[in-house]
Amino acid sequence: MSLTLEQVKRIAHLARIEISDDEALTTQGHLNGIFQLIEQMQAVDTAGVEPMAHAQDVYQRLRDDAVTEADRRCAYQSVAPETEAGLYLVPKVIE
Amino acid sequence: MINKSLKELAQALAAKQISSVELSTLFLDRIERLNPTLNAFVTVDREKSLAMARDADARIAAASGAKPAGPLTGIPIAQKDIFCAEGWTTTCGSKMLANFVSPYDATVIEKMHRDAGLVSLGKTNMDEFAMGSSNETSFFGPVRNPWDTSRVPGGSSGGSAAAVAARLAPAATGTDTGGSIRQPAALCNLTGLKPTYGVVSRYGMIAFASSLDQGGPMAASAEDCALLLNTMVGFDERDSTSLDRPVEDYVRGLEKPLNGLRIGLPKEFFGEGCDAEVMAAVRAAIAEYEKLGASTVEVSLPNSHLSVPAYYVIAPAEASSNLSRFDGVRYGYRAPDYGNLDDMYAKTRAQGFGAEVKRRILIGAYVLSHGYYDAYYLQAQRIRRLIANDFVEAFKSCDVIMGPTSPSTAFKLGEKAADPVQMYLSDIYTIAVNLAGLPGMSVPCGFVGGLPVGLQLIGNYFAEGQLLNVAHRYQQATDWHLRRPASAA
Repeated sequence: MSLTLEQVKRIAHLARIEISDDEALTTQGHLNGIFQLIEQMQAVDTAGVEPMAHAQDVYQRLRDDAVTEADRRCAYQSVAPETEAGLYLVPKVIE
Repeated sequence: MINKSLKELAQALAAKQISSVELSTLFLDRIERLNPTLNAFVTVDREKSLAMARDADARIAAASGAKPAGPLTGIPIAQKDIFCAEGWTTTCGSKMLANFVSPYDATVIEKMHRDAGLVSLGKTNMDEFAMGSSNETSFFGPVRNPWDTSRVPGGSSGGSAAAVAARLAPAATGTDTGGSIRQPAALCNLTGLKPTYGVVSRYGMIAFASSLDQGGPMAASAEDCALLLNTMVGFDERDSTSLDRPVEDYVRGLEKPLNGLRIGLPKEFFGEGCDAEVMAAVRAAIAEYEKLGASTVEVSLPNSHLSVPAYYVIAPAEASSNLSRFDGVRYGYRAPDYGNLDDMYAKTRAQGFGAEVKRRILIGAYVLSHGYYDAYYLQAQRIRRLIANDFVEAFKSCDVIMGPTSPSTAFKLGEKAADPVQMYLSDIYTIAVNLAGLPGMSVPCGFVGGLPVGLQLIGNYFAEGQLLNVAHRYQQATDWHLRRPASAA
Protein backbone atom coordinates (compact mmCIF):
# COMPACT_ATOMS: atom_id res chain seq x y z
CA MET A 1 0.00 0.00 0.00
CA SER A 2 1.14 3.56 -0.56
CA LEU A 3 -0.53 6.85 0.15
CA THR A 4 -1.17 9.29 -2.69
CA LEU A 5 -0.36 12.97 -2.28
CA GLU A 6 -4.11 13.58 -2.32
CA GLN A 7 -4.60 11.22 0.63
CA VAL A 8 -1.80 12.90 2.61
CA LYS A 9 -3.51 16.27 2.14
CA ARG A 10 -6.85 14.76 3.04
CA ILE A 11 -5.66 13.29 6.37
CA ALA A 12 -3.80 16.54 7.17
CA HIS A 13 -7.14 18.29 6.72
CA LEU A 14 -8.89 15.71 8.93
CA ALA A 15 -6.24 16.29 11.60
CA ARG A 16 -6.56 20.09 11.18
CA ILE A 17 -2.89 20.57 10.35
CA GLU A 18 -2.14 23.03 7.56
CA ILE A 19 0.29 21.48 5.09
CA SER A 20 2.08 23.04 2.11
CA ASP A 21 2.63 21.15 -1.15
CA ASP A 22 6.33 20.75 -0.34
CA GLU A 23 5.60 19.43 3.15
CA ALA A 24 2.97 17.07 1.78
CA LEU A 25 5.54 15.58 -0.56
CA THR A 26 8.17 15.01 2.16
CA THR A 27 5.48 13.67 4.49
CA GLN A 28 4.25 11.29 1.81
CA GLY A 29 7.72 9.74 1.59
CA HIS A 30 8.03 9.35 5.36
CA LEU A 31 4.52 7.98 5.83
CA ASN A 32 4.96 5.44 3.06
CA GLY A 33 8.17 4.22 4.70
CA ILE A 34 6.32 3.82 8.00
CA PHE A 35 3.36 2.07 6.37
CA GLN A 36 5.77 -0.37 4.73
CA LEU A 37 6.81 -1.34 8.26
CA ILE A 38 3.18 -1.50 9.41
CA GLU A 39 2.21 -3.69 6.46
CA GLN A 40 4.00 -6.67 8.09
CA MET A 41 0.84 -7.01 10.17
CA GLN A 42 -1.25 -7.92 7.17
CA ALA A 43 0.47 -11.28 6.73
CA VAL A 44 -0.76 -12.46 10.13
CA ASP A 45 -3.94 -14.51 10.42
CA THR A 46 -5.80 -13.07 13.40
CA ALA A 47 -9.18 -14.67 12.77
CA GLY A 48 -10.92 -15.28 16.08
CA VAL A 49 -8.45 -13.20 18.12
CA GLU A 50 -10.17 -10.75 20.44
CA PRO A 51 -8.81 -7.19 19.91
CA MET A 52 -6.90 -5.95 22.97
CA ALA A 53 -7.64 -2.31 23.69
CA HIS A 54 -6.06 -2.27 27.08
CA ALA A 55 -3.36 -3.89 29.20
CA GLN A 56 -5.63 -4.64 32.13
CA ASP A 57 -8.99 -6.31 32.02
CA VAL A 58 -10.78 -3.60 33.98
CA TYR A 59 -14.08 -1.80 33.65
CA GLN A 60 -14.83 1.88 33.91
CA ARG A 61 -15.45 2.72 37.53
CA LEU A 62 -18.63 4.50 38.54
CA ARG A 63 -18.75 7.16 41.23
CA ASP A 64 -21.46 9.02 43.08
CA ASP A 65 -22.96 11.88 41.10
CA ALA A 66 -21.58 14.52 43.46
CA VAL A 67 -19.53 17.70 43.13
CA THR A 68 -15.91 16.86 43.94
CA GLU A 69 -13.96 19.70 42.34
CA ALA A 70 -13.68 23.29 43.53
CA ASP A 71 -14.37 26.11 41.04
CA ARG A 72 -11.01 27.06 39.57
CA ARG A 73 -12.23 28.73 36.41
CA CYS A 74 -9.99 31.79 36.84
CA ALA A 75 -6.85 29.69 37.26
CA TYR A 76 -7.68 27.51 34.28
CA GLN A 77 -8.60 30.45 32.06
CA SER A 78 -5.42 32.29 32.98
CA VAL A 79 -3.51 30.00 30.59
CA ALA A 80 -5.89 30.52 27.64
CA PRO A 81 -4.74 32.53 24.61
CA GLU A 82 -7.79 34.82 24.72
CA THR A 83 -10.70 35.13 27.15
CA GLU A 84 -13.31 37.74 27.95
CA ALA A 85 -15.83 37.85 30.80
CA GLY A 86 -15.07 34.22 31.67
CA LEU A 87 -15.48 33.00 28.10
CA TYR A 88 -12.95 31.60 25.64
CA LEU A 89 -12.71 33.80 22.55
CA VAL A 90 -12.53 32.18 19.10
CA PRO A 91 -13.26 33.45 15.59
CA LYS A 92 -16.92 33.68 14.69
CA VAL A 93 -18.31 30.14 14.22
CA ILE A 94 -21.68 30.93 12.65
CA GLU A 95 -21.69 33.63 9.99
CA MET B 1 28.25 13.92 48.01
CA ILE B 2 27.02 14.02 44.40
CA ASN B 3 27.56 10.29 43.91
CA LYS B 4 25.89 9.14 47.10
CA SER B 5 22.86 6.84 46.95
CA LEU B 6 19.43 8.10 48.00
CA LYS B 7 19.72 6.04 51.19
CA GLU B 8 23.05 7.69 52.03
CA LEU B 9 21.68 11.14 51.24
CA ALA B 10 18.68 10.47 53.47
CA GLN B 11 20.99 9.37 56.29
CA ALA B 12 23.12 12.51 55.88
CA LEU B 13 19.99 14.67 56.02
CA ALA B 14 18.58 12.86 59.04
CA ALA B 15 21.92 13.14 60.87
CA LYS B 16 21.97 16.88 60.03
CA GLN B 17 25.34 16.48 58.28
CA ILE B 18 23.88 18.51 55.46
CA SER B 19 20.65 20.46 55.02
CA SER B 20 18.28 20.08 52.10
CA VAL B 21 19.06 23.69 51.14
CA GLU B 22 22.79 22.88 51.00
CA LEU B 23 22.22 19.65 49.11
CA SER B 24 19.85 21.26 46.63
CA THR B 25 22.27 24.17 46.12
CA LEU B 26 25.05 21.70 45.35
CA PHE B 27 23.00 20.19 42.51
CA LEU B 28 21.61 23.55 41.30
CA ASP B 29 25.20 24.78 40.99
CA ARG B 30 26.11 21.69 38.95
CA ILE B 31 23.11 22.32 36.70
CA GLU B 32 24.21 25.91 36.20
CA ARG B 33 27.71 24.77 35.27
CA LEU B 34 27.00 21.69 33.13
CA ASN B 35 23.53 22.18 31.66
CA PRO B 36 24.70 24.59 28.92
CA THR B 37 26.60 21.61 27.43
CA LEU B 38 24.06 18.86 28.10
CA ASN B 39 20.72 20.72 27.68
CA ALA B 40 19.18 18.20 30.10
CA PHE B 41 16.95 20.73 31.88
CA VAL B 42 14.48 23.02 30.13
CA THR B 43 13.28 24.79 33.28
CA VAL B 44 15.27 25.55 36.41
CA ASP B 45 13.93 27.87 39.12
CA ARG B 46 16.42 28.20 41.95
CA GLU B 47 14.08 30.20 44.19
CA LYS B 48 11.25 27.70 43.88
CA SER B 49 13.60 24.77 44.50
CA LEU B 50 15.17 26.39 47.54
CA ALA B 51 11.74 27.25 48.97
CA MET B 52 10.88 23.55 48.73
CA ALA B 53 14.22 22.70 50.35
CA ARG B 54 13.56 25.10 53.24
CA ASP B 55 10.17 23.43 53.76
CA ALA B 56 11.87 20.04 53.78
CA ASP B 57 14.46 21.24 56.30
CA ALA B 58 11.61 22.43 58.53
CA ARG B 59 9.95 19.00 58.23
CA ILE B 60 13.21 17.28 59.15
CA ALA B 61 13.75 19.64 62.11
CA ALA B 62 10.20 19.01 63.36
CA ALA B 63 10.51 15.26 62.97
CA SER B 64 10.56 13.10 66.06
CA GLY B 65 10.66 9.40 66.91
CA ALA B 66 6.88 9.35 67.04
CA LYS B 67 6.49 11.43 63.87
CA PRO B 68 9.48 10.83 61.59
CA ALA B 69 10.06 12.73 58.34
CA GLY B 70 9.52 10.73 55.13
CA PRO B 71 12.41 8.47 54.09
CA LEU B 72 13.28 10.80 51.19
CA THR B 73 12.31 14.18 52.67
CA GLY B 74 14.73 16.86 51.51
CA ILE B 75 16.33 14.91 48.65
CA PRO B 76 16.33 16.84 45.38
CA ILE B 77 15.23 15.15 42.14
CA ALA B 78 14.50 16.13 38.54
CA GLN B 79 11.04 15.89 36.98
CA LYS B 80 10.46 14.99 33.35
CA ASP B 81 8.70 17.95 31.75
CA ILE B 82 5.68 15.80 30.94
CA PHE B 83 4.38 16.06 34.52
CA CYS B 84 2.22 19.11 35.20
CA ALA B 85 3.52 20.98 38.24
CA GLU B 86 1.56 23.94 39.57
CA GLY B 87 3.34 27.22 38.93
CA TRP B 88 6.04 25.55 36.81
CA THR B 89 6.28 25.89 33.06
CA THR B 90 5.31 22.47 31.70
CA THR B 91 6.24 22.18 28.02
CA CYS B 92 6.29 18.48 27.13
CA GLY B 93 9.18 19.43 24.83
CA SER B 94 6.83 21.28 22.50
CA LYS B 95 6.42 24.80 21.11
CA MET B 96 2.70 24.13 21.65
CA LEU B 97 3.21 24.36 25.43
CA ALA B 98 6.35 26.53 25.56
CA ASN B 99 4.52 29.14 27.66
CA PHE B 100 2.18 26.83 29.56
CA VAL B 101 2.45 27.39 33.31
CA SER B 102 0.46 24.56 34.81
CA PRO B 103 -2.43 25.57 37.07
CA TYR B 104 -2.40 22.17 38.81
CA ASP B 105 -0.20 19.31 39.99
CA ALA B 106 0.01 15.84 38.48
CA THR B 107 -0.64 13.11 41.05
CA VAL B 108 3.01 12.02 40.79
CA ILE B 109 4.14 15.59 41.55
CA GLU B 110 1.75 15.87 44.48
CA LYS B 111 2.88 12.55 45.93
CA MET B 112 6.61 13.10 45.51
CA HIS B 113 6.83 16.72 46.60
CA ARG B 114 3.87 17.51 48.85
CA ASP B 115 3.57 14.08 50.48
CA ALA B 116 7.11 12.66 50.40
CA GLY B 117 8.92 15.99 50.78
CA LEU B 118 11.26 15.60 47.80
CA VAL B 119 12.64 18.82 46.31
CA SER B 120 12.26 19.55 42.59
CA LEU B 121 15.43 20.74 40.85
CA GLY B 122 13.47 21.55 37.71
CA LYS B 123 11.96 20.07 34.57
CA THR B 124 13.94 17.91 32.18
CA ASN B 125 14.10 18.02 28.40
CA MET B 126 12.37 15.30 26.39
CA ASP B 127 11.31 14.34 22.90
CA GLU B 128 8.27 16.40 21.89
CA PHE B 129 5.19 14.86 23.53
CA ALA B 130 7.43 11.85 24.35
CA MET B 131 7.57 10.88 20.67
CA GLY B 132 11.13 9.89 19.96
CA SER B 133 14.05 7.68 20.96
CA SER B 134 16.90 10.21 20.84
CA ASN B 135 15.65 13.46 22.37
CA GLU B 136 16.22 15.16 19.03
CA THR B 137 12.53 15.99 18.48
CA SER B 138 12.44 18.44 21.42
CA PHE B 139 11.50 22.02 20.51
CA PHE B 140 14.21 23.05 22.98
CA GLY B 141 17.02 21.29 21.14
CA PRO B 142 18.66 17.90 21.62
CA VAL B 143 20.08 16.61 24.89
CA ARG B 144 23.67 15.36 24.82
CA ASN B 145 24.85 12.11 26.33
CA PRO B 146 27.26 12.78 29.24
CA TRP B 147 29.32 9.71 28.20
CA ASP B 148 30.01 11.28 24.78
CA THR B 149 28.47 14.64 23.99
CA SER B 150 28.43 13.92 20.24
CA ARG B 151 25.89 11.17 20.96
CA VAL B 152 22.22 11.05 21.93
CA PRO B 153 21.10 10.13 25.46
CA GLY B 154 18.17 8.12 24.10
CA GLY B 155 14.58 9.14 24.49
CA SER B 156 12.05 10.19 25.18
CA SER B 157 13.20 10.67 28.82
CA GLY B 158 16.66 11.75 27.59
CA GLY B 159 16.88 14.89 29.74
CA SER B 160 16.19 12.91 32.91
CA ALA B 161 18.74 10.27 31.87
CA ALA B 162 21.48 12.79 31.06
CA ALA B 163 20.76 14.75 34.25
CA VAL B 164 21.14 11.72 36.52
CA ALA B 165 24.12 10.27 34.61
CA ALA B 166 26.03 13.57 34.89
CA ARG B 167 24.89 13.91 38.52
CA LEU B 168 22.95 17.11 37.94
CA ALA B 169 20.33 15.32 40.03
CA PRO B 170 20.52 12.25 42.31
CA ALA B 171 17.49 10.71 40.55
CA ALA B 172 14.63 11.61 38.23
CA THR B 173 11.25 10.60 36.91
CA GLY B 174 10.58 9.37 33.41
CA THR B 175 7.68 8.02 31.43
CA ASP B 176 7.66 4.98 29.16
CA THR B 177 5.20 4.43 26.29
CA GLY B 178 7.44 2.25 24.09
CA GLY B 179 10.77 2.24 25.93
CA SER B 180 11.21 5.88 26.97
CA ILE B 181 12.52 5.06 30.46
CA ARG B 182 14.46 1.87 29.67
CA GLN B 183 16.24 2.88 26.45
CA PRO B 184 17.69 6.20 27.76
CA ALA B 185 18.59 4.41 31.03
CA ALA B 186 20.54 1.86 28.95
CA LEU B 187 22.28 4.51 26.86
CA CYS B 188 23.29 6.59 29.92
CA ASN B 189 24.24 3.78 32.37
CA LEU B 190 21.22 4.17 34.66
CA THR B 191 18.74 1.87 36.31
CA GLY B 192 15.22 2.61 35.11
CA LEU B 193 11.89 0.95 35.82
CA LYS B 194 8.63 1.03 33.88
CA PRO B 195 5.99 -0.32 36.26
CA THR B 196 3.00 -2.47 35.36
CA TYR B 197 0.42 -0.37 33.50
CA GLY B 198 -1.94 1.21 36.05
CA VAL B 199 0.41 1.22 39.05
CA VAL B 200 1.52 4.87 38.75
CA SER B 201 -1.22 7.46 38.20
CA ARG B 202 -1.37 9.17 34.81
CA TYR B 203 -3.33 12.16 36.16
CA GLY B 204 -1.53 15.32 35.09
CA MET B 205 0.98 13.37 33.00
CA ILE B 206 0.50 14.79 29.51
CA ALA B 207 -1.01 11.99 27.46
CA PHE B 208 0.67 10.44 24.41
CA ALA B 209 -0.85 6.94 24.07
CA SER B 210 -3.08 6.44 27.08
CA SER B 211 -3.25 2.64 27.01
CA LEU B 212 0.57 2.42 27.06
CA ASP B 213 1.89 5.46 29.00
CA GLN B 214 3.35 4.74 32.41
CA GLY B 215 5.58 6.83 34.71
CA GLY B 216 8.50 5.43 36.66
CA PRO B 217 11.85 6.13 38.34
CA MET B 218 15.30 6.61 36.74
CA ALA B 219 18.26 6.46 39.11
CA ALA B 220 21.75 5.11 39.71
CA SER B 221 20.66 1.83 41.28
CA ALA B 222 17.75 -0.54 41.84
CA GLU B 223 17.69 0.47 45.51
CA ASP B 224 17.29 4.13 44.54
CA CYS B 225 14.51 3.16 42.11
CA ALA B 226 12.72 1.17 44.82
CA LEU B 227 12.83 4.12 47.22
CA LEU B 228 11.49 6.47 44.53
CA LEU B 229 8.82 4.05 43.36
CA ASN B 230 7.50 3.86 46.93
CA THR B 231 6.66 7.56 46.67
CA MET B 232 5.06 7.34 43.20
CA VAL B 233 2.57 4.48 43.32
CA GLY B 234 -0.97 4.18 44.59
CA PHE B 235 -4.60 4.17 43.53
CA ASP B 236 -5.85 7.47 42.14
CA GLU B 237 -9.51 7.98 41.45
CA ARG B 238 -8.63 10.82 39.05
CA ASP B 239 -7.01 8.31 36.66
CA SER B 240 -9.71 6.05 35.21
CA THR B 241 -7.20 3.22 34.61
CA SER B 242 -5.44 3.44 37.98
CA LEU B 243 -5.50 0.07 39.71
CA ASP B 244 -6.94 -0.22 43.19
CA ARG B 245 -4.65 -2.69 44.92
CA PRO B 246 -2.71 -2.95 48.19
CA VAL B 247 0.35 -0.68 48.38
CA GLU B 248 3.68 -2.52 48.47
CA ASP B 249 7.01 -1.60 50.01
CA TYR B 250 9.46 -2.09 47.14
CA VAL B 251 12.52 -1.84 49.41
CA ARG B 252 11.58 -4.71 51.70
CA GLY B 253 12.32 -7.55 49.28
CA LEU B 254 15.53 -6.17 47.74
CA GLU B 255 17.96 -8.50 49.50
CA LYS B 256 16.18 -11.78 48.78
CA PRO B 257 18.70 -14.35 47.43
CA LEU B 258 18.28 -15.39 43.80
CA ASN B 259 18.69 -19.13 44.35
CA GLY B 260 16.30 -21.00 42.12
CA LEU B 261 15.38 -17.95 40.01
CA ARG B 262 14.41 -19.09 36.51
CA ILE B 263 15.52 -16.66 33.82
CA GLY B 264 13.71 -16.91 30.48
CA LEU B 265 15.78 -16.05 27.42
CA PRO B 266 13.53 -15.36 24.41
CA LYS B 267 15.25 -16.80 21.37
CA GLU B 268 13.90 -13.85 19.34
CA PHE B 269 15.96 -11.44 21.48
CA PHE B 270 19.19 -13.37 20.95
CA GLY B 271 19.13 -13.68 17.17
CA GLU B 272 20.11 -11.18 14.53
CA GLY B 273 19.54 -7.47 14.83
CA CYS B 274 21.61 -6.74 17.92
CA ASP B 275 25.15 -5.39 17.95
CA ALA B 276 27.50 -8.33 18.71
CA GLU B 277 29.41 -6.58 21.49
CA VAL B 278 26.19 -5.41 23.14
CA MET B 279 25.02 -9.00 23.02
CA ALA B 280 28.29 -10.21 24.58
CA ALA B 281 27.78 -7.82 27.52
CA VAL B 282 24.21 -9.08 27.97
CA ARG B 283 25.38 -12.71 27.92
CA ALA B 284 28.09 -11.94 30.47
CA ALA B 285 25.42 -10.46 32.75
CA ILE B 286 23.34 -13.60 32.43
CA ALA B 287 26.41 -15.70 33.30
CA GLU B 288 26.80 -13.55 36.43
CA TYR B 289 23.19 -14.35 37.33
CA GLU B 290 23.97 -18.06 37.03
CA LYS B 291 26.77 -17.55 39.55
CA LEU B 292 24.20 -15.93 41.84
CA GLY B 293 22.12 -19.11 41.79
CA ALA B 294 19.76 -18.50 38.88
CA SER B 295 19.14 -20.93 36.02
CA THR B 296 18.23 -20.12 32.43
CA VAL B 297 15.60 -21.56 30.14
CA GLU B 298 14.91 -20.74 26.50
CA VAL B 299 11.48 -19.24 25.90
CA SER B 300 9.82 -17.90 22.78
CA LEU B 301 7.96 -14.69 21.99
CA PRO B 302 7.01 -15.67 18.44
CA ASN B 303 5.08 -12.46 17.70
CA SER B 304 7.63 -10.03 19.09
CA HIS B 305 8.74 -9.00 15.58
CA LEU B 306 5.23 -7.58 15.14
CA SER B 307 5.45 -5.31 18.16
CA VAL B 308 6.97 -2.33 16.30
CA PRO B 309 4.38 -2.46 13.46
CA ALA B 310 1.44 -2.86 15.87
CA TYR B 311 2.80 -0.12 18.13
CA TYR B 312 3.06 2.34 15.22
CA VAL B 313 -0.64 1.90 14.62
CA ILE B 314 -1.91 1.88 18.21
CA ALA B 315 0.29 4.64 19.67
CA PRO B 316 -0.34 7.13 16.80
CA ALA B 317 -4.08 6.33 16.86
CA GLU B 318 -4.27 7.18 20.54
CA ALA B 319 -1.97 10.18 20.05
CA SER B 320 -4.08 11.65 17.26
CA SER B 321 -7.05 11.55 19.59
CA ASN B 322 -5.17 12.83 22.68
CA LEU B 323 -3.46 15.66 20.82
CA SER B 324 -6.69 16.97 19.33
CA ARG B 325 -6.98 18.98 22.56
CA PHE B 326 -4.24 21.31 21.33
CA ASP B 327 -6.38 23.64 19.27
CA GLY B 328 -5.32 27.12 20.42
CA VAL B 329 -8.48 27.72 22.43
CA ARG B 330 -8.08 26.77 26.09
CA TYR B 331 -4.30 26.68 26.62
CA GLY B 332 -1.01 26.64 24.80
CA TYR B 333 0.05 28.18 21.53
CA ARG B 334 -2.27 30.01 19.13
CA ALA B 335 -1.12 31.10 15.65
CA PRO B 336 -0.78 34.89 15.47
CA ASP B 337 -2.65 35.28 12.15
CA TYR B 338 -5.65 33.31 10.97
CA GLY B 339 -8.97 33.62 9.17
CA ASN B 340 -11.90 31.55 10.39
CA LEU B 341 -12.01 29.00 13.22
CA ASP B 342 -10.92 26.09 11.03
CA ASP B 343 -7.98 28.12 9.78
CA MET B 344 -7.04 28.98 13.35
CA TYR B 345 -6.94 25.27 14.27
CA ALA B 346 -4.95 24.30 11.18
CA LYS B 347 -2.37 27.09 11.51
CA THR B 348 -2.03 26.70 15.28
CA ARG B 349 -1.36 22.97 14.92
CA ALA B 350 0.92 23.38 11.89
CA GLN B 351 3.08 25.91 13.75
CA GLY B 352 2.82 24.45 17.26
CA PHE B 353 3.75 20.81 16.54
CA GLY B 354 7.10 19.54 15.26
CA ALA B 355 7.58 17.17 12.32
CA GLU B 356 7.60 13.85 14.23
CA VAL B 357 4.47 14.72 16.21
CA LYS B 358 2.67 15.71 13.00
CA ARG B 359 3.71 12.45 11.33
CA ARG B 360 2.25 10.42 14.18
CA ILE B 361 -0.97 12.43 14.27
CA LEU B 362 -1.37 11.84 10.52
CA ILE B 363 -0.72 8.09 10.85
CA GLY B 364 -3.28 7.98 13.65
CA ALA B 365 -5.87 9.96 11.73
CA TYR B 366 -5.40 7.62 8.77
CA VAL B 367 -5.62 4.28 10.62
CA LEU B 368 -8.74 5.46 12.44
CA SER B 369 -10.45 6.80 9.32
CA HIS B 370 -13.39 5.18 7.64
CA GLY B 371 -12.41 2.20 5.53
CA TYR B 372 -9.02 1.62 7.20
CA TYR B 373 -10.05 1.08 10.80
CA ASP B 374 -10.46 -2.70 10.55
CA ALA B 375 -7.37 -3.34 8.45
CA TYR B 376 -5.07 -1.29 10.66
CA TYR B 377 -6.42 -0.39 14.05
CA LEU B 378 -8.33 -3.59 14.84
CA GLN B 379 -5.62 -5.75 13.28
CA ALA B 380 -3.04 -4.02 15.49
CA GLN B 381 -5.18 -4.65 18.57
CA ARG B 382 -5.49 -8.32 17.66
CA ILE B 383 -1.73 -8.57 17.28
CA ARG B 384 -1.39 -6.82 20.61
CA ARG B 385 -3.36 -9.71 22.12
CA LEU B 386 -1.06 -12.26 20.48
CA ILE B 387 1.99 -10.44 21.86
CA ALA B 388 0.50 -10.34 25.37
CA ASN B 389 -0.38 -14.04 25.13
CA ASP B 390 3.23 -14.86 24.19
CA PHE B 391 4.34 -13.44 27.54
CA VAL B 392 1.65 -15.39 29.43
CA GLU B 393 3.00 -18.57 27.82
CA ALA B 394 6.65 -17.65 28.49
CA PHE B 395 6.04 -16.91 32.17
CA LYS B 396 4.76 -20.47 32.63
CA SER B 397 8.38 -21.65 32.51
CA CYS B 398 10.32 -18.71 33.98
CA ASP B 399 10.15 -16.00 36.65
CA VAL B 400 11.82 -13.17 34.81
CA ILE B 401 12.74 -12.57 31.15
CA MET B 402 16.09 -11.07 30.17
CA GLY B 403 17.64 -9.67 27.03
CA PRO B 404 19.16 -6.47 25.66
CA THR B 405 17.35 -3.16 26.28
CA SER B 406 18.56 -1.56 23.06
CA PRO B 407 20.13 -3.17 19.97
CA SER B 408 23.06 -0.71 20.07
CA THR B 409 24.87 1.71 22.35
CA ALA B 410 24.18 5.46 22.07
CA PHE B 411 24.21 6.60 18.45
CA LYS B 412 25.49 9.90 17.06
CA LEU B 413 23.29 13.00 17.04
CA GLY B 414 21.69 13.23 13.60
CA GLU B 415 22.53 9.62 12.70
CA LYS B 416 18.91 8.42 12.59
CA ALA B 417 17.06 11.72 12.60
CA ALA B 418 16.29 11.70 8.87
CA ASP B 419 14.81 8.19 8.80
CA PRO B 420 11.83 7.66 11.13
CA VAL B 421 11.77 3.89 10.54
CA GLN B 422 15.41 3.44 11.65
CA MET B 423 14.63 5.46 14.75
CA TYR B 424 11.54 3.35 15.51
CA LEU B 425 13.58 0.14 15.34
CA SER B 426 15.79 1.28 18.23
CA ASP B 427 12.87 0.31 20.50
CA ILE B 428 12.55 -3.19 19.08
CA TYR B 429 13.15 -4.95 22.44
CA THR B 430 11.13 -2.61 24.64
CA ILE B 431 7.82 -2.02 22.85
CA ALA B 432 6.26 -5.46 23.39
CA VAL B 433 6.41 -4.86 27.16
CA ASN B 434 4.22 -1.76 26.85
CA LEU B 435 1.75 -3.50 24.55
CA ALA B 436 1.36 -6.27 27.12
CA GLY B 437 1.32 -3.79 30.05
CA LEU B 438 4.10 -5.62 31.91
CA PRO B 439 6.80 -4.13 34.14
CA GLY B 440 10.29 -3.77 32.64
CA MET B 441 13.67 -2.49 33.75
CA SER B 442 17.02 -1.60 32.30
CA VAL B 443 20.12 -2.28 34.38
CA PRO B 444 23.73 -1.29 33.53
CA CYS B 445 25.68 -4.39 32.47
CA GLY B 446 28.87 -3.26 30.74
CA PHE B 447 30.49 -0.96 28.21
CA VAL B 448 31.30 -1.14 24.51
CA GLY B 449 33.85 1.41 23.30
CA GLY B 450 33.31 3.50 26.43
CA LEU B 451 29.53 3.56 26.01
CA PRO B 452 27.09 1.91 28.44
CA VAL B 453 25.03 -1.22 27.71
CA GLY B 454 21.71 -2.02 29.37
CA LEU B 455 20.32 -5.41 30.37
CA GLN B 456 16.55 -5.54 30.12
CA LEU B 457 14.53 -7.38 32.79
CA ILE B 458 10.86 -8.12 32.12
CA GLY B 459 8.59 -9.33 34.89
CA ASN B 460 5.09 -10.68 35.16
CA TYR B 461 2.22 -8.32 36.05
CA PHE B 462 2.91 -6.54 39.38
CA ALA B 463 6.38 -8.09 39.70
CA GLU B 464 8.08 -4.68 40.19
CA GLY B 465 9.31 -5.81 43.61
CA GLN B 466 10.82 -8.97 42.14
CA LEU B 467 12.49 -7.08 39.27
CA LEU B 468 14.02 -4.62 41.72
CA ASN B 469 15.26 -7.52 43.85
CA VAL B 470 16.77 -9.26 40.81
CA ALA B 471 18.46 -6.02 39.72
CA HIS B 472 19.66 -5.17 43.24
CA ARG B 473 21.36 -8.54 43.81
CA TYR B 474 23.21 -8.14 40.52
CA GLN B 475 24.32 -4.68 41.58
CA GLN B 476 25.63 -6.10 44.86
CA ALA B 477 27.88 -8.39 42.79
CA THR B 478 28.91 -5.95 40.03
CA ASP B 479 29.91 -2.30 39.82
CA TRP B 480 28.78 -1.28 36.32
CA HIS B 481 26.07 0.94 37.82
CA LEU B 482 28.68 2.84 39.85
CA ARG B 483 30.69 3.97 36.81
CA ARG B 484 30.32 7.67 36.06
CA PRO B 485 31.13 9.81 33.03
CA ALA B 486 34.13 12.16 33.38
CA SER B 487 31.94 15.15 34.25
CA ALA B 488 30.63 13.36 37.35
CA ALA B 489 33.76 11.47 38.42
